[in-house]
Amino acid sequence: MNILVCVSRVPDTATRIIVGGDGKSIDKNGVKYIVNPYDEFALEEGLRLREKNGGTVTAITVGTDAATDVLRTALAMGVDKAVLVKGDEPADSYYVAHNIAKVAREINPDIIILGRQSIDFDSFQLPSMLAEMLGMPSVSVVSALKIENGSVQAERDVEGGKETVVCSLPCIISAQKGLNEPRYPKLPDIMKAKSKPIDTRDAEKTEPKTTIIGMEIPSKARAGKVLEATDANIDEIVRLLKEDAKVI
Amino acid sequence: MKNILVYLEASNNNLKRVSTEIATAACKIANGAKVTGIMINSNKEVASQASKFGVSEVILVSAPKIELHSSTAVAKIVAETAKEIAADCVIFPANSTGLEVAPRVAVKLDAGYIADCIELAADNLIAKKPVYAGKAVVKIKCETPVKVFSLRPNVFVAAENPTSIEIKEKTFDLSDSDLSAKVVNIAKNEGKLDVLEADIVVSGGRGIKGPENYHLIENLAKALGGAVGASRAVVDAGWRPHNEQVGQTGKTVSPTLYVACGISGAIQHLAGMNASKYILAINKDKDAPIFKNCDYGLVGDLFDILPKLTEKIQKAKM
Repeated sequence: MNILVCVSRVPDTATRIIVGGDGKSIDKNGVKYIVNPYDEFALEEGLRLREKNGGTVTAITVGTDAATDVLRTALAMGVDKAVLVKGDEPADSYYVAHNIAKVAREINPDIIILGRQSIDFDSFQLPSMLAEMLGMPSVSVVSALKIENGSVQAERDVEGGKETVVCSLPCIISAQKGLNEPRYPKLPDIMKAKSKPIDTRDAEKTEPKTTIIGMEIPSKARAGKVLEATDANIDEIVRLLKEDAKVI
Repeated sequence: MKNILVYLEASNNNLKRVSTEIATAACKIANGAKVTGIMINSNKEVASQASKFGVSEVILVSAPKIELHSSTAVAKIVAETAKEIAADCVIFPANSTGLEVAPRVAVKLDAGYIADCIELAADNLIAKKPVYAGKAVVKIKCETPVKVFSLRPNVFVAAENPTSIEIKEKTFDLSDSDLSAKVVNIAKNEGKLDVLEADIVVSGGRGIKGPENYHLIENLAKALGGAVGASRAVVDAGWRPHNEQVGQTGKTVSPTLYVACGISGAIQHLAGMNASKYILAINKDKDAPIFKNCDYGLVGDLFDILPKLTEKIQKAKM
């Protein structure tokens, strides 16, 4: 089975976001970067499919040289090959999808797996966009996956329940928490991954379809009425829920 | 802008609430443009409800081959309809269907797409969208002649704006390849409200100490008519299912009231719920960060507070 897993490099979830000098992106000073948490489920699923069916797992990312570190993590987890499509910081999802689609046409994967969203731009758009470009079926936000004789059955989380979706290979899956338990790379594998080759190509520029013109940190003034939990104060909170928030 | 196409959905033979929200938002940005709705495999009765929210035409598509749902087929129908009516703006809800279908439609229409918007300016279509799980918000615009947006549920307020409506019924023939991804079963969590759809969410954190105590959270949620949520710690410990997780690697919610019980308020959790209108925090540690990010707070033992609070709310409702 030829498996392609897309990974992205995002700020650690504990990062406090500060707007940078350009007023439209974050201040990168002191930010620690990690593999997008949902991509870890995608990598794990790719590795499990290889363990079951044989084949090759290729990890791909689009970004600057700095993105090499997430490919090293993928290699340490056990992927066979790593591709860096190198260019400027991605301008929009279309650019990322276009460049991944280009590599995908070349390596003809049976399945492409991504995280359900990248936790920086939270757009949920890459899986379906890539699928449309490649003319493949796709299932997003998948928490259980079964593949037998080329037919795919995926459970996907929707509001208030689950949908079971069927399609055939080749297809695209986006991974939700619960799909599996990602493995931790072992120290020797982390060391070995450092010297593995990374197939680096130049990204193709695309006309931006969307442009960010500003960034702000939302601040919401909260009443902050914090009370000791006496009976009288619980009554007061109930009164506020009723008269102020009007939820009772 | 001349034509706006809005993707409408039905639930239990009624127009979904999110559909009324995005119809209202479409009318607000219309500036004289025509607002057309598209509904697939529904009926005239539901489609005509859109007239209350300013939609003057609904294209009611019958495509029986879809049966339950198919993201690939729905994308094809919406994109072809958008081309037919020369839509220069297509609006989806940012729910599980919209988020999956909209990017496909954008590619088919060679359009820029902005997902999960919380504001859409009427004069220049500049959108605001949360990034980094709501820790920041970007202002962003589409550079293409045709623009696609998905709007976050529970954020845009539905307003009645009655108009006359024309329902155009159409049959759409689909080939097997159009149905390449097809839903074969939908399992509902019966009687369980989802955190994404609920107006009130009550979540438990590590302070609840174990799954056997979660009935305290459930009882409060029931008294308030809300959904049950959980912090990451609770989900990772296996006490609650992952679909209840609120936070940066769970769901981002924006209910009217969010109740955090025994949740200290890590930045990842705050990111997932800080768009809530009101926040009530209950924690025994008066220095917990959650108290710096709440409207109301109760400092004390939640095993003592939750039963009392639940009972008092039940009484207040009578």
